[in-house]
Amino acid sequence: MTDSTESGDLRLTGISKTYGGSFTAVHPLDLTVPHGAFFALLGASGCGKTTTLRMIAGLEDPTTGSVLLGDRDVTRLPPYKRPVNTVFQSYALFPHLSVYENVAFGLRRRGAARVRERVGDMLDLVQLGDLAARRPHQLSGGQQQRVAVARALINHPRVLLLDEPLGALDLKLRRQMQLELKRIQTEVGITFVHVTHDQEEAMSLADTVAVMNGGRVEQLGAPAELYENPRTTFVANFLGTSNLIGADVVSAGGGEVVVTASGVRLRLPAGRCATAPGADGRLLVGIRPEKMSLVHRDEADSVPAGRNRFTGTIAAAGFIGVSTQYLIDSPLGPGVEVYVQNIERDPRLTPGAEVVVHWNPEHSFGLDAAQDINSGVETAGDPS
Amino acid sequence: MTAAKAPPADAPPPVPSAPAVPPVRTAPARRRLTPYWLLLPGVLWLLVFFALPMVYQASTSVQTGSLEEGYTVTWHFAVYGDALAEYWPHFVRSVLYAGTATALCLLLGYPLAYLIAFRAGRWRALLLVLVIAPFFTSFLIRTLAWKTILADGGPLVEILRTVGLLEVTALLGMTEGDRVLATPLAVVTGLTYNFLPFMILPLYTSLERIDPRLHEAAGDLYARPFTAFRQVTLPLSMPGVVSGTLLTFIPASGDYVNAELLGSTDTKMVGNVIQSQFLRVLDYPTAAALSFLLMAIVLIMVTVYIRRAGTEDLL
Amino acid sequence: MAPIAWLRRHTVVVAGLLTLAYLLLPNLVVLVFSFNAPAGKFNYSWREFSTAAWRDPCGVPDLCGSLALSLQIAFWATAGATVLGVMIAFALVRYRFRGRGAVNSLIFLPMAMPEVVMAASLLTLFLNLGAELGFPTVLIAHTMFCLSFVVVAVKARVLSMDPRLEEAARDLYAGPVQTFLRVTLPIAAPGIAAGALLAFSLSFDDFIITNFTSGTAVTFPMFVWGSAQRGTPVQINVIGTAMFVLAVLTVVLGQLVAGRRRNHTPS
Repeated sequence: MTDSTESGDLRLTGISKTYGGSFTAVHPLDLTVPHGAFFALLGASGCGKTTTLRMIAGLEDPTTGSVLLGDRDVTRLPPYKRPVNTVFQSYALFPHLSVYENVAFGLRRRGAARVRERVGDMLDLVQLGDLAARRPHQLSGGQQQRVAVARALINHPRVLLLDEPLGALDLKLRRQMQLELKRIQTEVGITFVHVTHDQEEAMSLADTVAVMNGGRVEQLGAPAELYENPRTTFVANFLGTSNLIGADVVSAGGGEVVVTASGVRLRLPAGRCATAPGADGRLLVGIRPEKMSLVHRDEADSVPAGRNRFTGTIAAAGFIGVSTQYLIDSPLGPGVEVYVQNIERDPRLTPGAEVVVHWNPEHSFGLDAAQDINSGVETAGDPS
Repeated sequence: MTAAKAPPADAPPPVPSAPAVPPVRTAPARRRLTPYWLLLPGVLWLLVFFALPMVYQASTSVQTGSLEEGYTVTWHFAVYGDALAEYWPHFVRSVLYAGTATALCLLLGYPLAYLIAFRAGRWRALLLVLVIAPFFTSFLIRTLAWKTILADGGPLVEILRTVGLLEVTALLGMTEGDRVLATPLAVVTGLTYNFLPFMILPLYTSLERIDPRLHEAAGDLYARPFTAFRQVTLPLSMPGVVSGTLLTFIPASGDYVNAELLGSTDTKMVGNVIQSQFLRVLDYPTAAALSFLLMAIVLIMVTVYIRRAGTEDLL
Repeated sequence: MAPIAWLRRHTVVVAGLLTLAYLLLPNLVVLVFSFNAPAGKFNYSWREFSTAAWRDPCGVPDLCGSLALSLQIAFWATAGATVLGVMIAFALVRYRFRGRGAVNSLIFLPMAMPEVVMAASLLTLFLNLGAELGFPTVLIAHTMFCLSFVVVAVKARVLSMDPRLEEAARDLYAGPVQTFLRVTLPIAAPGIAAGALLAFSLSFDDFIITNFTSGTAVTFPMFVWGSAQRGTPVQINVIGTAMFVLAVLTVVLGQLVAGRRRNHTPS
């Protein structure tokens, strides 16, 4: 844990944004981004992540709360007086200026010295040295993206804000630019605050991810922590895929919770329950598809004792190379997803086959049952 | 909340400490007034030199008096009835000629706009230049050129006569005998010519926005080329048709240059009357009343047309 | 290929080119007749080839004076309408304020009004105020009717401008004035130029409003109008042709330069 009072941290205290007195884009929010961190704000469109970013940039006035850089309150500073720079969504490169002049823009406005040298160095850092004379529309998407990063970074901001910086790129280029961004961030050591709706991007880049939903931070933590121990159904569903099963608590004690769902007994560690389950309460049991294993019914005996298990029928199977994704219908409900690595494929595992699904109880997690079980599930039409 | 795991930031570059500026508060009151300051001079200009004159014109139309003794407002509304009674044929001609010219503009302009938008390929820019090019020569000079083109016994008139077209137009009351000049046809020809680019450019703009693949999709879905045009291209170009017809009809209805230069006393439009009443006869009340009536007629027709066409967001 | 089949396939092309011919025919006539040596005062029928008018384009009294007056009026009307129009366009696009609809109507109405109505009503205003008709009244009138066209042209451009560009400028330490000068204005420039060009050509070629408000001032269109009554000198064809050729050359050259710049840079 980093000391939050350390100079250089970005702190948001009680910050909120309400439009027209009725629509609240961001509910009062406290957030500390340590100096030098790569921080991601993750959420679907309209969750308030971009508004939060714009309040840090000064492009939006917060309704309440304040923005602090180190010990300095910058809430009332206009954007051109804040030591914070932004990489805009779709870059917002000045179309009438060359790459060189785009990158030099901030330096010139502040009357900085050695502009030529510094722009040259910066263009080398993003590997665009030979394109300095080009206009933005003559560059590829990936090149434009690097110009946008260079244009912001050259000002040595305390915090670099990135608003969906890779959203306009195709998948392959996006992966490549993720590595590039990570390299640049490590090289310059500036705090990055990265807004994205792409959970893989957030997890692969950031040290800390804040998952936002409906103008609130649902959960904040390291990517692996968020993935393994989601505390809400939204996080469980938005970050990867989760099978969530409504269950009744049978007993709780000794570090273990036992539940039943449609007559199936399941166990899970008490330490991985987001809420303390009451002895008669309900609980949502969550399990990631890749943690589960599948055997044909004829080999049910091969499942080791002590594992959670249930019997079902394969409803659909999709081969995607690395793994095969199965949908299992069972008493627990339709469409439990199971991903099986394609190591030794059992030819009997085809739709209609009866199977036993089993997993280590340690891999289950528990969520408060009073939530929308489908919150955060991507439906057709959502941007992926 | 505190975020965990800050990465080792070895040797961060020197972060320039921004100058300590006292927090600036933007004055919301001043910002709220900005648009009004921006609007003030232009809007004032339009109010004084566009709206106010309308008021003066309305008041002039109900004045009586003479040039020598001066005019006073006497609420002499009879002037409207008198003006209509005397000049109704001119109003009819204005609407008729302008309407015909607009229809002809659409008929002639659509193929050219379509050609430029979809079939011109690398000639597109050149063709567009050629459509706009005539503008660069004063329209009065070009209108005078029609006097030469339509001259009695000239090659064009001879062709029209030989083909028998002149008999058809004579039946329609557009021409008389072997003449074209000084007939309604000459005036309509001039009007059509003058305002054709105003039809072609908006048509082109809306056609150009149509994805050519839509036409292909229609063909893929068993539409013959003409059906595809009628069901897909034409409806999508309606905004261009609407603004093109307005840009043609409105100026054509008030025009008096073509009627004056290419027509005769029997082809005078309402614009000619307003012009001569104002600048030669100096009967200001009648002239103002005629102008007011023309404005009312055009505004009513345009409003009805826009409602019918369902395109109220022209601006 | 059978000619009928060919015609059917190319109906649009044939019809379009015929329309184009109709549009350009008068310019051709104006060009040809600029080399005429007419028999009488009117240059309507061909007599014999002569380059006299081209050698002496200002050889008619008042012709070049009227041309100069038209250029002057067009210049100042364009300047005035552009400044006022740009301000209105920015106010309309960038701010929310009360009375927006009214302002929009006030901009739209002059374009939806027959010119003769505006001309006549302006004349009644000037007569009632006892203003002397001449250069100033023409300038006032031209600025008025050009204003709306500038607003429309600039508005379209500013509307299509990505608001993030200005945010990016502010984010990169440009204050409000710097943002406007370095980013907003350069990017809106094509729209402003288009509006100004339109205003210039509208003012330069305007006849009807000028006819009502000019008094004794004679602009070039007024000169042509007068000559249609008194006798058309060949020189007006010379001027008309020269303007046409000059303008087309400018446009074509501009296109070539733009095209070359585009070709030089791979995308």
